[in-house]
Amino acid sequence: MTKKEWPLYEVFIRSKQGLSHKHVGSLRAADETMAVENARDVYTRRSEGVSIWVVESKNIFASDPADADSLFEPADSKVYRHPTFYEVPDGIEHM
Amino acid sequence: MTKEEALFKYTLRLGDDALIVSQRLSEWCGHGPILEEDIALTNIALDLVGQATTLLEYAGKVEGKDRSADDLAYLRYERDYTNLLLCEQPNGDFGATIVRQFLFSAYQQFMYAALTKSSDEQLAAIAEKSLKEVKYHVKHSAEWVIRLGDGTEESHERVQASLNDLWRFSQEIFFEDEVNQTLIEAGIITSLEDLRADWEDLVKRVIEEATLTLPETKWQLDGGRKGLHSEHLGYLLAEMQYMQRAYPGMEW
Repeated sequence: MTKKEWPLYEVFIRSKQGLSHKHVGSLRAADETMAVENARDVYTRRSEGVSIWVVESKNIFASDPADADSLFEPADSKVYRHPTFYEVPDGIEHM
Repeated sequence: MTKEEALFKYTLRLGDDALIVSQRLSEWCGHGPILEEDIALTNIALDLVGQATTLLEYAGKVEGKDRSADDLAYLRYERDYTNLLLCEQPNGDFGATIVRQFLFSAYQQFMYAALTKSSDEQLAAIAEKSLKEVKYHVKHSAEWVIRLGDGTEESHERVQASLNDLWRFSQEIFFEDEVNQTLIEAGIITSLEDLRADWEDLVKRVIEEATLTLPETKWQLDGGRKGLHSEHLGYLLAEMQYMQRAYPGMEW
């Protein structure tokens, strides 16, 4: 007997207005509507959110961990890409 | 019957409905068909036990005999409970629980919506808060009725059987007696007859979308509002009251 599993969904929650949706986990559901309801019950029951996104996990195309060297390491030697070489004038706060 | 007596009995009815169906739903804790639904059912149970708490607290206050919400919830006898028979029916399979919840939540939704306009400020406030919760219960249970009804052959047959089985408790929702009459005359509540059309519309719409058939059975049971229950309530109370009976006054 083959066991039919519902598709897996990734869940993203916006914790408050102005912030972006953040990945919080995944769950199984028969369709998008059920996925949003399940996400509401599983991930927002302690008032964690004001908005929910769900996307079927199979629709996420990910980078290959084997490519990590070529994808990410070249950036390590380019510290000048951080805006840390400016002198901040006196009186500027919150930088 | 004085207005205060009627208000106590009416509030008790609403509180008992929420309490008993909540206890039933909590039996699913750890037994849900999937983890997500296990949490969903117990969330609904928690919403309802919250409603029961505020309603029974208020009932105790109206009664004026110094009975707390806990006293009313845990220290009455079976005949003193005035919940609908529908609320105490056993969970059955998941489909049966969902049908019971849908029929009940649909009633609660229209009842609370009407109650938000009550001249009794406390009841209106409780209704306002509860309505938000109940709208989700209706949405969640209706979607499941549709999903199961319009699902596989087996799910269709099983949920139809549950609907046929529970239908004989459906008309008790509209049971009215002098408790209702007294409060209607006092302008505190409206007649349940005013909700009937909305309830029937919603139930019919969902049943139709679920490709289910509205049962034709005319045989209907009532008695819950007078404390005359099915045999299932006693067992439920035995479990629910055990702690408070074994350790009187225990709090946690």
